[in-house]
Amino acid sequence: MRVNGHDNEGSASPSAERADTGERSHAERRVDSRMSRRGLLAAAAASAGGAVLARLPAAAQTPAPGAAPAARGAGATQALDATAVPADPTVAPGPPTSALGARSPFEHPARAPTGVITGSSMTPLHQLAGTITPSDLVFERHHAGVALIDPRRYELMIHGLVERPMVFSLDDLRRLPSVSRTVFLECSGNGRAAFRAPTREMTPQAVDGLTSNGEWTGVLVSTLFREVGVRRDATWFRAEGGDAARLSRSVPIEKGMSDAMIAYAFNGEPLRPSNGYPARLLLPGYEGNANVKWVRRIELADGPGMFRDETAKYTDPLSNGTARQFSLVMDVKSIITSPAYPVKLAAPGWVEITGIAWSGRGRIGRVDVSTDGGRSWTMAELQVPVLPIAHTRFRLPWRWDGGDATLMSRAVDETGAVQPTLAEFRDRRGAGTDYHFNYVRAWVVEGDGRVFFGGAL
Amino acid sequence: MSGARWLAAPLLTAAVLVLGACDRGPLAERAGRRQETLGVPRPAGVRPTPEPPSQFGVGRPATDAEVAAWDIDVGPDGAGLPRGSGTVAQGAAVFAAKCASCHGANGEGQPVAPRLVGRDPREGFPFGQDPALVKTVGNYWPYATTLFDYVRRTMPLTAPGSLSNDEVYAVVGFVLAKNEIIASTATLDSATLAAVRMPARDRFVPDDRRGGAAFR
Repeated sequence: MRVNGHDNEGSASPSAERADTGERSHAERRVDSRMSRRGLLAAAAASAGGAVLARLPAAAQTPAPGAAPAARGAGATQALDATAVPADPTVAPGPPTSALGARSPFEHPARAPTGVITGSSMTPLHQLAGTITPSDLVFERHHAGVALIDPRRYELMIHGLVERPMVFSLDDLRRLPSVSRTVFLECSGNGRAAFRAPTREMTPQAVDGLTSNGEWTGVLVSTLFREVGVRRDATWFRAEGGDAARLSRSVPIEKGMSDAMIAYAFNGEPLRPSNGYPARLLLPGYEGNANVKWVRRIELADGPGMFRDETAKYTDPLSNGTARQFSLVMDVKSIITSPAYPVKLAAPGWVEITGIAWSGRGRIGRVDVSTDGGRSWTMAELQVPVLPIAHTRFRLPWRWDGGDATLMSRAVDETGAVQPTLAEFRDRRGAGTDYHFNYVRAWVVEGDGRVFFGGAL
Repeated sequence: MSGARWLAAPLLTAAVLVLGACDRGPLAERAGRRQETLGVPRPAGVRPTPEPPSQFGVGRPATDAEVAAWDIDVGPDGAGLPRGSGTVAQGAAVFAAKCASCHGANGEGQPVAPRLVGRDPREGFPFGQDPALVKTVGNYWPYATTLFDYVRRTMPLTAPGSLSNDEVYAVVGFVLAKNEIIASTATLDSATLAAVRMPARDRFVPDDRRGGAAFR
């Protein structure tokens, strides 16, 4: 396996291997010490003349010392080395094409993994632009680690209140009519740390990084329901994952009949294992946990299963002494992603306030921005097209006068739902509520330009 | 339980794909794939997109044995509970051997695994007001069947599926007894487990959020 070069031309042939061997001793004398042997072999195979090699920036398999953890163990990705970047890139050719694109060695966006098998890793919202989350930065939340599944052995069983219990292979799913749709996916616990224990040094990633957005492709659940012949007495379907938690959730049948999907691709490629490879349930607008990853079984039933993750967890204790159950739809929400901690504004003058807004109920209709802690509000510009149930980018130019300021964003969705203030949220939901933290977030700009999370403002 | 009362909110959200029943309507429209021709005419020689068949005949039948091997759901009425039984005393031994290292000897919880045992507060259900209250099987879980279902499919964390049905009945009995919900002399089986009524059973309400200006 090569780390760069023209692997896609079938270079695993014996003749190509011999060419590698023949080049080795010749090239090793010339190569920059940063270039790994395997990287060298590939470069040598790809190059017509070894003399050119010495002048090319190194394509090191081992990341540079300062590389972010996410870049390590990147497999076939060609890791680029910041120290090999020339002062003037116009006077010598750069490295050749590669099998997989790598980020600039100056960019290190990374999730924030907790490192435990029942934990999460959060999307670095403050390191992203636009609305699409790169596949390797989509947040994770697992209940028994990442299930590693051989796609050739994958099967989805659908049974219960159906005319024909059936099993679908991954090839079967891919044969059926597909649909692509850009939607966000958000853990309903997103924002809990910011609610329970806010600190000034929280980034947008730490506050709300359990949401990601991109284009999902798969087969509609309704298509599969027609294949199995769902009976009229089925009112719910129960989905089970093929992970070690066999995580299970119950979903109203109407969602299965409308826009629920068995997704097998994200942003144009097969799902990543940490996001459900080879196939997962996707329920646009519903809390992340119900979008069962690695889905292997769907049972049609006349009621919910009352599984652990819809009773003990993912229910919302309220201030009136009850707990809301099957609170599946994600509320309207927004967060300013810049300026935000750890940014420091360089000097007074024009700054773009920007962030994302989203709602599980449809399109974002309006985002208001305040720079004075909510005393006055200005409508932000929304990037079009505004897609339903998708992250929507908002922007507002702001002239910072060098004084203290408190930045807030307040989204309104097409149903007229408005993000509540923290006080309203606490009043209705209660200080002990556990999910769906969608109140207005604040960022405090200090006179020296430093920006901190405003948390409980 | 009727599904209908839970459903009004999700239905309001079907902004793009208002689709009605699954067996009607052109597939392209259901899938959000309606062709936008932007006024470009379709020449006489080009056929319109055809209606799809009602079924594609893809997939294979699931055998009864395959369904039985995977279908481990236990419903709140006890449907799906397997044969077998276990006593609270047997459950104490299972818990000590398989659960206590993470959940603590008496289910009191440790940093790596949550508390399972505890009935406080005995009065009311003030979890919404008090974030310091710890939810346990005894004070929060609405159905005892959920405990069987969850333990069987997920626990122990490092070896899920390794407990026999008798062991699951026994350890569920132990946790329920520690929570003072069943007697310490009890034996659990499909009938006695389905009959257990949890203290928090009536605290759970359907989602009343509907979108719109009113924040709930």
